[in-house]
Amino acid sequence: MDAVPEQNSPSDEVPTRRSQRADLRRGRGDGSRGGDGSGDDSSDDSAGDSGGESPTGRSSLVRSIIGVAGEVLITTGVLVFLFLGWQLWIQGIALNSTQTNDASGLSQSWSASTVGPTAPVNTASPTAPADSGTTSGAAPVVMAAPAETKQFAVLYVPRFGADYKRTISQGVDAKTVLNAGGAGHYEQSQMPGDMGNFAIAAHRDGWGSPFIKINELQVGDPIYIETQDGWYTYRFRDLEYVSPDGVDVLSSVPQVPDAAPTDRLITLTSCNPLYIASERIIAYGVLESFTPRSAGAPAEIAGISGKGA
Amino acid sequence: MYGALWRVLPGPVWARILILLVALAVLLFVLSTWVFPWVDGLLTPSQPVTVNQ
Repeated sequence: MDAVPEQNSPSDEVPTRRSQRADLRRGRGDGSRGGDGSGDDSSDDSAGDSGGESPTGRSSLVRSIIGVAGEVLITTGVLVFLFLGWQLWIQGIALNSTQTNDASGLSQSWSASTVGPTAPVNTASPTAPADSGTTSGAAPVVMAAPAETKQFAVLYVPRFGADYKRTISQGVDAKTVLNAGGAGHYEQSQMPGDMGNFAIAAHRDGWGSPFIKINELQVGDPIYIETQDGWYTYRFRDLEYVSPDGVDVLSSVPQVPDAAPTDRLITLTSCNPLYIASERIIAYGVLESFTPRSAGAPAEIAGISGKGA
Repeated sequence: MYGALWRVLPGPVWARILILLVALAVLLFVLSTWVFPWVDGLLTPSQPVTVNQ
């Protein structure tokens, strides 16, 4: 009676036939088909399963070893991703806040120390030399090269953010300068405002990523450099992509190593493409003007120069 | 590993979850304060951004 509905459904036909065969093997074939036969079949299968699992201890040991190994691997993967996340975001937040404070501290100390002696700058302005073809106003004051790793300037690039400011230190050593989240000055290049090339480098894919938006610069964007003497306003000119050994971008006349300089340039270098760094991205700017400290900060950055985060 | 950890922890389910959350917070703090900066220092030489020869 029970067997009739089971045989109507096609999915049950196979076990029924199997049970038939099982019955035949055991030599008690006829008559006992249907519910009785399928019952035999299921008991047969379960007996076979338990027979295969007989070394239960070894199997569960292997299983738990594989389980722990898998958990270790998953944990390692999570830790690696945590590190990447930390490097890209958490570390950057900490470094950028330190950078903003350092930059503000530099500006404030310069403003405090040069309230009195601004005379040399003022006397220089009426007799502006003719060779400053790209500059207007006062002749740019050029400071002497500072000691290695010393923070000697502050960089403002409004295109990188309305309150963007980073320190510039002497030298481009990764551990002592660049990994602090600021920019580093190539020591073989000129100082800000000087005839030739003021070249700086910074990270773009970690350590605060100070130059992450270097590829978003547009022609004419201002790049301000503040030193103890005042503010140098450069205007972004063009981008260039070079191989990592393309040191000629640091020349007084970029890519023309032996030429005599006729312009006052700034060069920003960073890695490209993002997170791969098989090339270098180079941004050039031309000095537009120099604003002595006595004249106050240029209007665009007056609100953030010397102010804390 | 995590199953054993869960069994070793005392108390009801909410207490175990609380203990694990606190442990996770401590772990993240230790990682980001000491471990990750140390690893960062080890990795630095392979991350150049400068042009040089």
